[in-house]
Amino acid sequence: MTADTVVSKPVQETAEIFSVQKIGEYVQFTVVAPGIAAGFQPGHFVAVAVGGDNTSMLLRRAFALYGATPTGQFAGTIQFVVAEHGPGTRWLTQRSVGETLDVVGPLGTSFPLPSGPSPAVLVGGGYGSAPLIPLARELVAAGSPVEILLGAATGSRLFGELVAKRTVGAVTVTTDDGSAGVRGRVADVLPDAIERIGAEVVYACGPMPMLRAVSEVARAHAIQAQVAVEEAMACGIGVCMTCVLPVRGDDGRSRFVRSCVDGPVFAADRVRWEDVGTLPADVMGADAMGGH
Amino acid sequence: MDGVRPMVDMTTQLATLTLPNPVLTASGCAAAGRELHQFFDVAALGAVVTKSIMMRPRSGRATPRMAETPSGMLNSIGLQGPGIDAFIDTDLAWLAEHGARTVVSIAGGHTDEYVELARRLNGHPAVSMLEVNISCPNVESRGQVFACDAIASSRVIGAVRRAADPSLPVFAKLSPDVTDITLIARACADAGADGFSLINTLLGMVIDTDTMAPALGGGTGGLSGPAIRPVAVRCVWQVRRALPHLPILGMGGIRSGLDALQFVLAGASAVSVGTAVFGDPSAPVRVLAELEQALDDRGFAALADAVGYAHRRPADRLVPEAAEVAAG
Ligand SMILES: Cc1cc2nc3c(=O)[nH]c(=O)nc-3n(C[C@H](O)[C@H](O)[C@H](O)COP(=O)(O)OP(=O)(O)OC[C@H]3O[C@@H](n4cnc5c(N)ncnc54)[C@H](O)[C@@H]3O)c2cc1C
Ligand SMILES: Cc1cc2nc3c(=O)[nH]c(=O)nc-3n(C[C@H](O)[C@H](O)[C@H](O)COP(=O)(O)O)c2cc1C
Ligand code: FES
Repeated sequence: MTADTVVSKPVQETAEIFSVQKIGEYVQFTVVAPGIAAGFQPGHFVAVAVGGDNTSMLLRRAFALYGATPTGQFAGTIQFVVAEHGPGTRWLTQRSVGETLDVVGPLGTSFPLPSGPSPAVLVGGGYGSAPLIPLARELVAAGSPVEILLGAATGSRLFGELVAKRTVGAVTVTTDDGSAGVRGRVADVLPDAIERIGAEVVYACGPMPMLRAVSEVARAHAIQAQVAVEEAMACGIGVCMTCVLPVRGDDGRSRFVRSCVDGPVFAADRVRWEDVGTLPADVMGADAMGGH
Repeated sequence: MDGVRPMVDMTTQLATLTLPNPVLTASGCAAAGRELHQFFDVAALGAVVTKSIMMRPRSGRATPRMAETPSGMLNSIGLQGPGIDAFIDTDLAWLAEHGARTVVSIAGGHTDEYVELARRLNGHPAVSMLEVNISCPNVESRGQVFACDAIASSRVIGAVRRAADPSLPVFAKLSPDVTDITLIARACADAGADGFSLINTLLGMVIDTDTMAPALGGGTGGLSGPAIRPVAVRCVWQVRRALPHLPILGMGGIRSGLDALQFVLAGASAVSVGTAVFGDPSAPVRVLAELEQALDDRGFAALADAVGYAHRRPADRLVPEAAEVAAG
């Protein structure tokens, strides 16, 4: 039903910050990175160096791409959204216009698009809605009916409500504390949305427990879900093997696959959600692990 | 710097192997070169050092597999890999096709596994050298790490040396987690090691204060990055002093050309750039350019002249050109 995902061809760019915008608890960056913008597809992410020269923070931080403008006004810019989490993201949120960032991207796999118009529900948790907005634009442009569900712990952690409404019209908001929209979890309102538009596919990005719940709802409705996962990454480019999770292959065998190059987008029914963070005995090569 | 491209003879010698330059990747930090080739031509490196390979496919450990630490990181990958057959068919084939000189890192749970790996690699045109990762638990000795025991280390290195194609240098990759690294080095040298790769990661641990449990799925992990650089330089210095006739491939926290130069001056004939690649995918080629410039700035016409330079007596240390640089 869906076409192949687009595997990115990453480049490293020194990107001037064009704008920094505070949105709720998030900071939205627009930076000039024409090489990354040129290869962008919804679902791709970037890895940003933090801390400046000679920093003690060696590893890049990963952010999903919220958009890219390869041509026209603001040509060659990309956008991503940062939630302050620890020292690296804090350093980022303190940057200002005119400074530069060292950015590698686009990285990872993109959301596979349906070959023709096909009703879709998009589910975003917190900043996880960022990569779904450009996806929604593409789906709408292809004539697909689209609904967007946005969830967060609290109202200030919702991202993209306005732009989602402008893009697709039908948007449902949930918060755990009821401070905005429906009180509850975003996966709770998914069954109704699927039935309302006769969805044939669900796309999701957000915390792992949310993705797992979305995966279960999609399975119960016998439709596909494509989800973008978030695993801790050291390199983001496929060389270190830190970012793996257990995924079932076409041959039915499970392997630890790299979420930075074989993901972050996976078919939800292939991910062994209940086994993430463990070493399942039937994963390829688990039998060779004695001792190490 | 005057903007003129430096003209330093960067060729180097690792036992019988001549490399056009002394900057290599580090095992486990470059996979088998393919991903880095998106950022620079891997054939431009001294060589690609591949992720340690074992006989069978291995899943590696449960996640989380890394924790960032001040100027370093812990990893607990657990040698995830496809096994030697798939490695030869896909990874080595790719490296050969792209003209990359290749150092293959091998790892085993017992001596016979290392021997069998060396045999499988014999005669493969893409293989320039073997690096023997002995920082592995010895399943026949209650999981004690080979590299922490002189006898176990020498047994593995001797057996690999006998099994491997005589034209391939065999380097022993040593762990710094020992009381006296020169004792292990000497045992490996006596067993026929052609040189040393120094150093592997240091064993470390991070406790997550939220979960109040070890942060890594594997509990402990290997510490790498600039945090371990002084330890690595010290190990290179000590082994060079103890065994001056054997070449050293130095590594541990190299992020710049000047970092690499420290290793060269301490006695390394070549260096591997590991963790720095995660922060900067083109770090190996940048380090190479910076090292060449740094040698030129100090009046060295050839890299070989700088190897072990810091060991010279003070009176012999300042070459005339270097004195000029220092003065002006
Ligand atoms: C594919 C992908 C897409 C992401 N998209 C976004 C996004 O659009 N917006 C956003 O705000 N955040 C996003 N994240 C999470 C973001 O990368 C982390 O919040 C950030 O790395 C934390 O860094 P820190 O220094 O602030 O925190 P620290 O906790 O101090 O980080 C320490 C180390 O752990 C790693 N780490 C910690 N938390 C995470 C995490 N949740 N995921 C991955 N690595 C982590 C860091 O990279 C760093 O190496 C994404 C992560 C991934 C893997
Ligand atoms: C993620 C990761 C994986 C590694 N895997 C291996 C390996 O498979 N075999 C090996 O001999 N060393 C391995 N190492 C150690 C490096 O090759 C190197 O000796 C060490 O990291 C010090 O160099 P660095 O500070 O430049 O990374 C690994 C290091 C890291 C960070
Ligand atoms: S983060 Fe290094 S392989 Fe995925």
